[in-house]
Amino acid sequence: MRVPISWLGKWTDLPEDVTLEHLHAALVKVGLEEEDTHGFPLTGPIVVGRVLSVEPEPQSNGKTVNWCQVDVGESEPRGIVCGAHNFSAGDKVVVTLPGAVLPGPFPIAARKTYGHVSDGMIASARELGMGDEHDGILRLAELGLDPAPGTDAIELLGLDDAAVEVNVTPDRGYAFSIRGIAREYSHSTGAAFRDPAAAIAAPPVAGYPLAITDAAPVRGNDGCSVFSVRVVRGIDPSRPTPPWMASRLRLAGMRSVSLAVDISNYVMLELGAPNHAYDLGKVDAGGLVVRRATAGEPLETLDGKARTLDAADLVVADAQRVLGLAGVMGGAFSELGDDTRDVLIEAAIWDPVTVARSVRRHKLPSEAAKRYERGVDPTLAPLATARVAELLVELAGGTVDEGLGALYDASTPLAPVRLPLDRAASVIGVPYTRDEVIGTLRLIGATVELDGDIATVTPPSWRPDLIDDVSLVEEVARITGYDRIPAELPIAPAGRGLTRAQSARRRVAQTLAAAGSTEVLAYPFVADAVAERYAPGAASVRLQNALDPNVSLLRRTLLPGLAEIAHRNLSRGLTDLALFEIGTVFLPESGVAYGTDFIPLGAARPGDDTLARLGAGIPPQARHVAGLFLGEVTPKQPGSAAVASGLADALDAARQVGLALGLEIRAVQGAHPALHPGRTAELRVGDAVVGVAGELLPSLAAESDLPRVVAVYELDLDLLVELGAYDRQATPIGTLPAATQDLSLVVADTVAAGDVQDAVAAGAGELLEHIRLVDDYRGPGVAEGAKSLTFALRFRAADRTLTAAEATEAKLAGLARAAELFDATLRE
Amino acid sequence: MSNPITEQAVADAVTAALAAIDAARDSADLKAARAAHAGETSPLAQLNGAIRELPGDQKAAAGKLVGQARGQVTQALAAAEERILVAEEQARLAAEAVDVTAVASRWTAGARHPLSLLMEEMSDLFIAMGWEIGEGPELEHEWFNFDALNFDEDHPARAMQDTFFVEPAERHLVMRTHTSPVQIRSLLARPLPVYVAAVGRVYRTDELDATHTPVFHQIEGIAIDKGLTMAHLRGTLEHLARAMFGEGAQIRLRPNYFPFTEPSAEMDVWQPNAKGGARWVEWGGCGMVNPNVLRSAGIDPEEYQGFAFGMGIERTLQFRNDMNDMRDMVEGDIRFSQQFGMVV
Repeated sequence: MRVPISWLGKWTDLPEDVTLEHLHAALVKVGLEEEDTHGFPLTGPIVVGRVLSVEPEPQSNGKTVNWCQVDVGESEPRGIVCGAHNFSAGDKVVVTLPGAVLPGPFPIAARKTYGHVSDGMIASARELGMGDEHDGILRLAELGLDPAPGTDAIELLGLDDAAVEVNVTPDRGYAFSIRGIAREYSHSTGAAFRDPAAAIAAPPVAGYPLAITDAAPVRGNDGCSVFSVRVVRGIDPSRPTPPWMASRLRLAGMRSVSLAVDISNYVMLELGAPNHAYDLGKVDAGGLVVRRATAGEPLETLDGKARTLDAADLVVADAQRVLGLAGVMGGAFSELGDDTRDVLIEAAIWDPVTVARSVRRHKLPSEAAKRYERGVDPTLAPLATARVAELLVELAGGTVDEGLGALYDASTPLAPVRLPLDRAASVIGVPYTRDEVIGTLRLIGATVELDGDIATVTPPSWRPDLIDDVSLVEEVARITGYDRIPAELPIAPAGRGLTRAQSARRRVAQTLAAAGSTEVLAYPFVADAVAERYAPGAASVRLQNALDPNVSLLRRTLLPGLAEIAHRNLSRGLTDLALFEIGTVFLPESGVAYGTDFIPLGAARPGDDTLARLGAGIPPQARHVAGLFLGEVTPKQPGSAAVASGLADALDAARQVGLALGLEIRAVQGAHPALHPGRTAELRVGDAVVGVAGELLPSLAAESDLPRVVAVYELDLDLLVELGAYDRQATPIGTLPAATQDLSLVVADTVAAGDVQDAVAAGAGELLEHIRLVDDYRGPGVAEGAKSLTFALRFRAADRTLTAAEATEAKLAGLARAAELFDATLRE
Repeated sequence: MSNPITEQAVADAVTAALAAIDAARDSADLKAARAAHAGETSPLAQLNGAIRELPGDQKAAAGKLVGQARGQVTQALAAAEERILVAEEQARLAAEAVDVTAVASRWTAGARHPLSLLMEEMSDLFIAMGWEIGEGPELEHEWFNFDALNFDEDHPARAMQDTFFVEPAERHLVMRTHTSPVQIRSLLARPLPVYVAAVGRVYRTDELDATHTPVFHQIEGIAIDKGLTMAHLRGTLEHLARAMFGEGAQIRLRPNYFPFTEPSAEMDVWQPNAKGGARWVEWGGCGMVNPNVLRSAGIDPEEYQGFAFGMGIERTLQFRNDMNDMRDMVEGDIRFSQQFGMVV
């Protein structure tokens, strides 16, 4: 809500030296947050001039400029060059003299142009920042003004005014008005408040036919509760909007359209009561009808758009046609025109929900709807029509048709609220006195009746948000000031600390970062093609209103996000990358209809069955950890060559994750649609598959603008946490001497070294303390199609020093197991 | 035959030995000196051998004389050995010196994301107060995100949340627009009293620019107990503010509106150590939990009441660590996280 100072000052007492900062400070105290300030960014001297003479001077460039003599209230007229032609000698105009600055900023100086020294400028409304509508020179007669030359035009045109803009929270519709803001300013500062509604004389009217019905109330509420009509005849449509009104409207953010429309908007802004003006001649003599639309009924709204109405839309109509979408926007047919002389003024109270739904349905937010959605004081409707009529009489020369008007009022008063007087103290923690509580509620306009320590509070008509005791408590706290609330630290019962999963995730992240990877947080949105590449045929959750309609799926894997971030880094010249992310993936199953076809009501605990249905309707979501390596893992340095990153880094990172969780993560040959068929490892803990590591398919890397070798891994972190080692028992550490032996054996090159190692370990038995693959040799000495694997074995017994013979025996037992399973032979 | 073991002969042998030992500069020199002057063919060994030939009454004196001399040489050898070992080790150390500024590194520094670090730091503060950290899904049912939190289906506040809806919208699934659904989940799942903070990702349909991102993070707290007041809210926020921004930090509350709290407040924090000077900064929203929220969780608002608050992690990081562009936090440029490493 934008609030011009001069307008606010009409209804409350502002200090002489009022500033925008003062207004913001006063309003923020009562919950109207500072948003912005607005003004006319110009400085004088800008004065009224009377054009004495206009001499057209054709120029060599084909243009004609006017050399004018202008009386600006000085002893001598000034010579001014002007390119516009919509004025003549005798006109009063606005002259910006040297030293003035117009919006832009555009400083005015005496300057030589077209063979003259132009001693100032004759201004257009646009140049003064008063409007964008027309280019020509502003002739003051058009505004109905005839001031003396030399008069300060800034003050004359209301350009010395300025406005604060405050944020009005959605519970306080009344504050979308000068009336509401003036009241709040008064609450904040104690300054006097004069209610503009109280200043309106609204004589009763009758005689205009109305038919108000609602065949389909929304949520039990009739669409229309109040409908007021008045008629003004014989206005002069050529009358200008007075400058003070135009300036206030402009500062309030509204375009000046025509006098009658401006008056309608002015009253809406001042009172907070939207109203609508119809060309009486365009409305069927049978009167106005309020009803639900019939599905498919057409309406061209004031913005010139043809709309097709829904049966749930509420409309104002006559016997012929729909004239407007109730509370949202009027129709083009009955719009005021240049020749409209008789005006039907309507102000109504519409059901907030009906209006909100029409706004959403037609994507048509409006100033009126904004107010109705938040609640309009129902007592204002007849006052608004009276005030519009009064201004049409005063400014547009019309006369009220006393015999033609109507007031339908089916509004119900706001329900009283029971408030124990100590409730405010017990919620806020401030020992408010009885007088403070009662006084504050009366100050905001409520009626308070007392029965001992219990108050019955009837909210004022403009506060439909005051529906329960805590909303009244908020008013007490707000008006007496939140700065009175003391600070006290509550003592929570002893907590259990982070959960296992929470600490586990932290350990994983710390471990990966310490080991050299950088954490990133990618958006979880992916394009269809990308989702298909990483998980062909799998179902994905789709957003209905994605910011980019082409990227509307939720990820099933963290890998595409890492690839995208890798590409962004590469494009910035960062060529060696080790990234990781811990994030949520969304794993719907194909063919499942997630969600529910209902929403339980709020303010009551749904039954266990209902809660279970809500829970079952939420697609599975898991936390994954994934990483990506490309470029070099260590760069070339003195004395050491560069080490390229690759699958080894991905596997190591996966093992580091295992370390952080007390798990041994093992790799076996695997497959994945997005990974290199020969360089993919399935990652396991015991028999459970926990993830994958590998190099991206080179074709996919190329599509992602990445180098050929990109190593990645992804693990189901939730599963790992579940499998994680907890309450582990210690194994005694043997201190007797160890015996070490190497074992070289030959197997077919299709046999996985890891399987051979497992076989050797199993065969060697419990004397084997440690085994490590130290060589994989193929070449001379080993048959084609075979490979030689060498393992380093360390044996130890808990109770004796092993002999070489015992170690050899165990080693050969290992060999025997490998021979049995994989035809392994000892390498000679 | 005269006695060859004269004092002069012994002294000469010793003098020659000591000179040779003293002249030794390295292990080889010393080895040669040892062979020449303490070996089997050395003058002193020959003199020692000659003792056997002497008449019995002279053996004792000669033995003593030669024994002392050999002892003297042995001592000198030991001392020289020590001296040479030290010198040789020093020479070796000198030869092994490297330019430590040019030693090849086998490790590359990684980094945590500062948002993660900040979330952990803030979570730890609540853990230290005995609170627990609650969790909930990022893809939520509308009831948890809105209705249970007193957002009426038709209230403008619901439309103002800029919600991502999941297809088909009639099935009422949304990306959570705040961490507040965790309030309801915590109240439904835990015995009273409840003191829970929730931290995590939330979603709004804002295009990415310097101050907005459609995916961001919040931390949220809810405390429901008997007798909690807005003073406890302020006390908790001040405690948090002082831990985050230093002892001079303060909290200012301004009236505001949120469907799930009543009274509601916008909170500002006085940031005493801000770059460019101490200042008030908007930090988040808070208030006393609306009785309808308690009712949604089956809690009697006549018996229990409490407070809730929430703030943006991105925003906190922006003003706490002077980060001006939101895009740096979401783009994943490794230089952004690496300037912080493991500490923000």
